[in-house]
Amino acid sequence: MITATVQTRDNYLTHEYGVKSWLLTQDHKRIALLYLAAISFFFFLGGVFATVIRVELLTPPGDLVSSQTYNKLFTLHGVIMIFLFMIPSIPATLGNFLVPMMIGAKDLAFPKINLLSWYIFMAGGALVMYAMLIGGVDTGWTFYTPFSTSYANSYVILTAVGIFITGFSSILTGLNFIVTIHRMRAPGLTWFRLPLFIWSMYATSIIQVLGTPVIAVTLLLVAVERGFHIGIFDPSLGGDPVLFQHLFWFYSHPAVYIMVLPGMGIVSEIVSVYSRKKVFGYRFVAFSSVAIAVLGFLVWGHHMFVSSQSVYASLVFSFLSFMVAVPSAIKVFNWTATLYKGSISYDTPMLYAFGFIGLFTIGGLTGTFLATLGFDVHVTDTYFVVAHFHYIMVGGTMMAYLGGLHYWWPKITGRMYPEAWAKLSALVVFLGFNLTFFPQFIMGYLGMPRRYHAYPPEFQIYHVLSTAGASVLAVGYLIPAIYFVWAMRYGKPAPDNPWGATGLEWQTTSPPPPENFEITPVVTHEAYDYSILEEMTVG
Amino acid sequence: MANHSLALRHQFDDVVQQKDASTFGMWLFLTTEVLFFGGMFCCYTVYRSLYPAAFGVASNHLSLLWGGVSTAVLICSSFSMACAVNSGATGKKNAIVGYLAITILFAAAFLAIEMSEWHGLYQEGLMPGFNFTFHEGDARHVQLFYSLYFSMTGLHASHVTIGIGILLTMLVRAARGAFSAEYYTPIEISGLYWHFVDLVWIYLFPLYYLIARHVHQG
Amino acid sequence: MNPNFQLVPEAASSTASHLDHLTAYLLIVATIFTVLIFACIFYFAIKYRRRADHERPVEVEGAMTLEILWTVVPFLLMMVMFGWGASIFFEMSRPPDDAMNIYVVGKQWMWKTQHLEGRREINELHVPLGRPVKLTMTSEDVIHSFYMPAFRVKFDVLPGRYTTAWFNPTKPGKYHLFCAEYCGTLHSGMIGWIYVMEPAEYERWLAGETESLAASGQQLFQFLACANCHRTDKPGRCPNLEGLFGKPVQLTTGEIVKADEDYIRESILNPGAKIVAGYQNIMPSFQGLVTEEELLKLIEYIKSLSKLPQQPALVPSGQKAAAQRPAPNVNR
Repeated sequence: MITATVQTRDNYLTHEYGVKSWLLTQDHKRIALLYLAAISFFFFLGGVFATVIRVELLTPPGDLVSSQTYNKLFTLHGVIMIFLFMIPSIPATLGNFLVPMMIGAKDLAFPKINLLSWYIFMAGGALVMYAMLIGGVDTGWTFYTPFSTSYANSYVILTAVGIFITGFSSILTGLNFIVTIHRMRAPGLTWFRLPLFIWSMYATSIIQVLGTPVIAVTLLLVAVERGFHIGIFDPSLGGDPVLFQHLFWFYSHPAVYIMVLPGMGIVSEIVSVYSRKKVFGYRFVAFSSVAIAVLGFLVWGHHMFVSSQSVYASLVFSFLSFMVAVPSAIKVFNWTATLYKGSISYDTPMLYAFGFIGLFTIGGLTGTFLATLGFDVHVTDTYFVVAHFHYIMVGGTMMAYLGGLHYWWPKITGRMYPEAWAKLSALVVFLGFNLTFFPQFIMGYLGMPRRYHAYPPEFQIYHVLSTAGASVLAVGYLIPAIYFVWAMRYGKPAPDNPWGATGLEWQTTSPPPPENFEITPVVTHEAYDYSILEEMTVG
Repeated sequence: MANHSLALRHQFDDVVQQKDASTFGMWLFLTTEVLFFGGMFCCYTVYRSLYPAAFGVASNHLSLLWGGVSTAVLICSSFSMACAVNSGATGKKNAIVGYLAITILFAAAFLAIEMSEWHGLYQEGLMPGFNFTFHEGDARHVQLFYSLYFSMTGLHASHVTIGIGILLTMLVRAARGAFSAEYYTPIEISGLYWHFVDLVWIYLFPLYYLIARHVHQG
Repeated sequence: MNPNFQLVPEAASSTASHLDHLTAYLLIVATIFTVLIFACIFYFAIKYRRRADHERPVEVEGAMTLEILWTVVPFLLMMVMFGWGASIFFEMSRPPDDAMNIYVVGKQWMWKTQHLEGRREINELHVPLGRPVKLTMTSEDVIHSFYMPAFRVKFDVLPGRYTTAWFNPTKPGKYHLFCAEYCGTLHSGMIGWIYVMEPAEYERWLAGETESLAASGQQLFQFLACANCHRTDKPGRCPNLEGLFGKPVQLTTGEIVKADEDYIRESILNPGAKIVAGYQNIMPSFQGLVTEEELLKLIEYIKSLSKLPQQPALVPSGQKAAAQRPAPNVNR
């Protein structure tokens, strides 16, 4: 293991002090931390809404809040969690921090645009917050027309414009990553020597760049229609509400791959390091990321099997939805195979990776249920779907995100987090998560519809289990929030490479200097080649 | 004469990499713009295939003359933009400024024609959301045509306006001697943006002005 | 009726039982793979746990055979899901010809159902056991979704057009009806009950009402003065509606459309959208003058006109088309 370097050396955190040095920074590492602060705030806000929802659902009648309020709660939970937390989360924090470092670059291709994208994100987020504070929105995060354009009595336009603005943040981040990965790799770093995290960030960026403009224009049209009472999606004015659904889901399906692909990239990194082996089937995993990005654009109609879309269109979408499951399955098998004959350590990031693989498997398999036409008719718009996507996004992405935060925390802050507490919270998160969401599969299959404020009494037992799980899950998230902040000040100083990993980011100090590397590294090995460590290790 | 090495940003290894990255970035951005406008073109396509007669009737009320003139104006602006980029490549500072100025003038003319067209349509009672009144045949879908017309030409006009802002910035920088034959990338990528904006109009014009001018109803 | 802790919903229609077999397959495949992955992770994590700080395992080379195997096998298993699911979906999309028609109108926040014989219900629907029921549905405002879990039926209910769903109830009883597309404040209140009754009991229940939908429709037809133009005794300025329903119609644009429920509805509310070839655009719009339920009555009346002796269809077929096509602007 490489011994710790002296903390007093100049690093990107100590290079400059003062609010201006942060708010006007062009350093991708500082911008990553700016994003981390913002999205963490939004995560906890979205979590507060989830808490109120789950407490309301403890009893069948709607007795905690009014129906109007409940509808605003689930809408804002969705809007905040998806647009203000999940979509930016890994790309804008870990991606921003690591992409240049992992390819041996000094920064992203367009640092000023990177800072601009943070400001755009904050502006959009502020608008959504403003809409929330003055009354909120109650259309569901899906904004189906004509309810959102002609019937809702809430701040639809403000919220839609807020999301529209944050979309540009996502586009610019993706654009930055694509150009950086294409043009700024260190000498010797060919495509097939790239870490799999970079492959997944590349695939994610493609989706961000191609998909986000469509939701932007769709929300713009909703705002225009609502503001000027013109008919584009409202049938009473000559429009077609199903066209809205096509345009909306054309982005929102690929969006879920924006949310999961980065998590998969993290898992590849973690599984390799803590097995001390290269990822099994590297090329298969790399190509799978791109395949998921491409195929992900072709399946949006599986959200619309009962929307009155043609039966033949539904057939095609169902078939393609099964196709997109294949590369995800390939990844799961390859990660599992990486463990075979490895040297496996149970550090916290690895525990989260195990959690991801298991829970993503369940979430993904239930995705095949939903791709199955006849079955989907029964469970679409029920809690079965809610459980499915939470398994992927919370059981999957959130666990990967936490794993990644723990894994790279020493590099980012120069400090270690407290391992015992971290392991404990990983366990608490895993248990709490399953207790929250597994009962939802059952009750959805039994017929419990989504977005219901009050419900028939026979579903209560599942709701009670789910809320109990949610309270455990909340504890599991609060503990890291506390010890991460604590560790920034009081954590043990971290060595340059505490885990014995092979990536370029580990060949510089923890925390890194402002320019990332004293001298630009030259790459001569394949990815995940652990033999190089012996060339560098002290003993 | 500008010192080109001063323009090299710290994250890049050399000017070639920097120029490559900038150009690639602009092409990527234009791809997002294709998807952005694409959503609306998709709406247009769907509705036109559902209501061809109403779209034909609606199209007849647009001025073929002014639509044609604005198309010509925009094409000329693309030509002058190309000349500006060429001047950049050959390092002719005054030519850059001159051609950029011409491009901006054409762009402003385009916007002026468009605003007057819009005003005319408003006066005819063809602006949905304001005073739309139409009594022939399928009024609802004629209104849909105009909703899409104003949305799309409005979005395009906003891009032209932003483009004017970009070109003005380039003009000021060029006048201050920021560019040379070795470094004129900002002009080049502004040119890419401008040509894209022109291209969108080349699609908008026939789809809105030139369809089914012979269709009558009833 | 339902025990406190259930895992499987009641299956009360023919399709439900078909679907439940597919569900079993899905569950078996999912369980196998879940157990497989969990077991592998568990097993490998324990068997290959790190025993010494600096140990570095020997690299295991990738295996093409393995990659192909775990690509192809899941793909084939999923193709079974696809095919089976598609066949059930086709079954769900094709109501039998002898299905009895029920109309459903959804609005914020209630379901209005209408039997052809005239009986109307709010948030409830009584149907006889063992007879397929075809629901023709529309919304008065936003998108709703008609969901009956016990029958495994769900379909969106849209404003401005008709959508259909069908089921064949196989067990008498009382079953949930839910709205399954978020539609505003009282979305979770837009629920009700489906009552499946023995046939004799159903006939007794039905007998209460006086006037069928078609008869009400005929009265409306007279009241709204439709009959002044759409004459059946001699050619008028408007197309003859006898025998129209379900037939192809040629429009002035040359397009040929089918005269189904959506066509009739649009012709009443927005007549300018589609003009029959050979006629002028002179029909006034009845937008705002008829409710969705009244539209259904008119549609039922027009459907009943198809059971009369056939009139020539409004599309001449084949070679005779050119010769027989009415010249424009001719006053008939």
